[in-house]
Amino acid sequence: MTTQKNERQKYVEVNNLKKHFKVGRNAYLRAVDDVSFYIYKGETFGLVGESGCGKSTTGRTIIRLYDATAGEVLIDGVNVHAKKSRAELKDLNKKVQMIFQDPYASLNPRMTVKDIIAEGIDVHNIAKSKKERDERVYHLLETVGLNREHANRYPHEFSGGQRQRIGIARALAVDPEFIICDEPISALDVSIQAQVVNLLEKLQKERGLTYLFIAHDLSMVKHISDRVGVMYLGKMTEVAESDELYDNPLHPYTQALLSAIPVPDPDYERTRERIILEGDVPSPVNPPSGCRFRTRCPFATEVCAQVTPRWTEQRKDHWVACHLYDDEYKGNFNR
Amino acid sequence: MDKLLEIKDLQVTFKTYAATVQAVRGVNLTVNKRETLAIVGESGSGKSVTSKAIMGLIPNPPGKITGGEILFEGTDLTKLSERKMQKYRGNEISMIFQDPMTSLNPTMTIGKQIAEGLRKHQGLSKSEARKRAVQLLDLVGIPNPQVRVKQYPHEFSGGMRQRVVIAIALACNPKLLIADEPTTALDVTIQAQILDLMKDLQAKMDTAIILITHDLGVVANMAHRVAVMYGGKIVETGTVDEIFYRPKHPYTWGLLSSMPKLHTRQSELLAIPGTPPDLANPPKGCPFAARCPHAMKVCTEFMPDYSDVSDTQQVACWLQDERAPKVEPPETIGVGGRTR
Ligand SMILES: Nc1ncnc2c1ncn2[C@@H]1O[C@H](COP(=O)(O)OP(=O)(O)OP(=O)(O)O)[C@@H](O)[C@H]1O
Ligand SMILES: Nc1ncnc2c1ncn2[C@@H]1O[C@H](COP(=O)(O)OP(=O)(O)OP(=O)(O)O)[C@@H](O)[C@H]1O
Ligand SMILES: [Mg+2]
Ligand SMILES: [Mg+2]
Repeated sequence: MTTQKNERQKYVEVNNLKKHFKVGRNAYLRAVDDVSFYIYKGETFGLVGESGCGKSTTGRTIIRLYDATAGEVLIDGVNVHAKKSRAELKDLNKKVQMIFQDPYASLNPRMTVKDIIAEGIDVHNIAKSKKERDERVYHLLETVGLNREHANRYPHEFSGGQRQRIGIARALAVDPEFIICDEPISALDVSIQAQVVNLLEKLQKERGLTYLFIAHDLSMVKHISDRVGVMYLGKMTEVAESDELYDNPLHPYTQALLSAIPVPDPDYERTRERIILEGDVPSPVNPPSGCRFRTRCPFATEVCAQVTPRWTEQRKDHWVACHLYDDEYKGNFNR
Repeated sequence: MDKLLEIKDLQVTFKTYAATVQAVRGVNLTVNKRETLAIVGESGSGKSVTSKAIMGLIPNPPGKITGGEILFEGTDLTKLSERKMQKYRGNEISMIFQDPMTSLNPTMTIGKQIAEGLRKHQGLSKSEARKRAVQLLDLVGIPNPQVRVKQYPHEFSGGMRQRVVIAIALACNPKLLIADEPTTALDVTIQAQILDLMKDLQAKMDTAIILITHDLGVVANMAHRVAVMYGGKIVETGTVDEIFYRPKHPYTWGLLSSMPKLHTRQSELLAIPGTPPDLANPPKGCPFAARCPHAMKVCTEFMPDYSDVSDTQQVACWLQDERAPKVEPPETIGVGGRTR
């Protein structure tokens, strides 16, 4: 098993990635602050975490929608942020697609649905005739649960969930290898969520697609992901295989997150216990010293303010950045 | 029960270049004081359009309320002039929109946008409104509110923008709060905070809430009653327990079956096969018939009437007819990860 794993190709490698936004004369917002992870070819990597913790920024920096402040991103061995010729950029744009979080802002209101979806087909000369172009668009519309009658309408004529599906059809249009799905399904009803997720999984099986799947719906993330990363305030706090993370969450933040999942069972919801996080989310402009979660962590001690936690492998393929589990600092938490 | 809002046979259409879309086709709903009514259902089924109709925000043209009444404390809102409607909107009835980006003005600071309604409806001075804006940002859990009020929407993450929208909606202590997917963009810990906040507010100020969401976990947590929409119609209503434990409509069954189960591994999720009806050309009979595993001849021909399952549960389905075969709900309705 392990040897097989080691042979797996890392399709995406993110090494010490930083993205800081200038927000004042001498102030920087550290949206992504030294994040490293990798995604195997053909795998789905789920990314979860507090809203504002830097998930979308990570996704956008990976495909160079933002320039990185530091660190590097390799996609299929190609350094994304290095200087690139036009042809190389075009190739990258075809290989990597993004489904955006905000279906309202990401569709051009003056274009018909057909032209929005066909944009990539045109840029990359994928269709040989107008007829083939149309057929492709109709097929894509049906693939995402819309119908061909929708092709000549404009984005504002659609509901939130319908627009999100237009975005998905657009991403699929150029046959990408890697898709960054930034909350691709949160605007959809559960039945269509299931359709879209089944579709993403089917395409993955057939075409070996690789996904970075950003979402808040933890039960869906668990279902679709092979491995899951948990972010907090610009940092990666825990990474593990999906079942392992849900069965044995180590980081106190992950534990709180999992305990807050609303369960579709009214009786259960009436009596459930949540781990309530005290305090506010700190500002990413002035993040806490040491461990960024310490201001809200029920277990925090002085060492958490002094030393930034190391990334340690606690169980097989299960990594966490928390002093509670670090042999060198564990002792600080004894009574 | 004190009725706050009563919608009777509401119809809304949109004229588009290609066709006329019948977005809402005869919706009946009541919302009582102090209660939370959740509206769930197919994407594109008319949930947002219904709520925009309540707010008097159907863009005309292309949209038009072509029939029905919306009674708010007895006043038919559909008959009000725009000027009279403005007294209700943002004051008595407030709405959290589904799309946080379009409901915030990108060229105006967050503080100004919150203060605007306070000055208009409550006559606060500039500095009072500014102070209250900071308080409201704090209330919805935005750190550094004094700094954040001076920033613009693009400087906020998706989730933080939604919290700003919530702050704006809460500003005037409305009697009815319509929340269209208020927590879709938020992580579960903040979602839990916001839901608690809404419940708190409801208890303190007797606010009634219409909650539109796709997250059935949120429904289970928040709702007293649930309405299920499909194809511009309400196909089933009931108390939260009735809808989760004793659902009657095959679409409700499909919806409950589609949820990923947190505690069991599934190779594939159970989606309802087929596509929703095109509302430019709505089917004659039951809108769900084309996808319903139990559809009979009558279903494609005639829309079923509502039948009373209990005092609180109504369903529009031919299976309720005494001549129809007895059909049991599928076992795949896994509530809370346990299969019932
Ligand atoms: N263009 C920008 N300029 C300045 N700050 C930004 C910009 N984009 C994002 N930020 C900030 O960076 C941080 C991370 O934002 P990001 O959108 O990546 O969060 P997220 O994890 O995707 O959150 P959500 O779950 O709410 O979508 C936030 O504090 C946000 O305010
Ligand atoms: N401005 C418009 N012009 C034309 N059609 C519209 C317009 N607004 C909405 N519609 C149509 O009305 C129907 C209902 O839309 P609505 O936004 O109410 O759906 P919804 O139930 O809120 O869906 P979602 O869960 O995806 O948000 C859809 O079929 C949509 O295409
Ligand atoms: Mg985001
Ligand atoms: Mg909607």
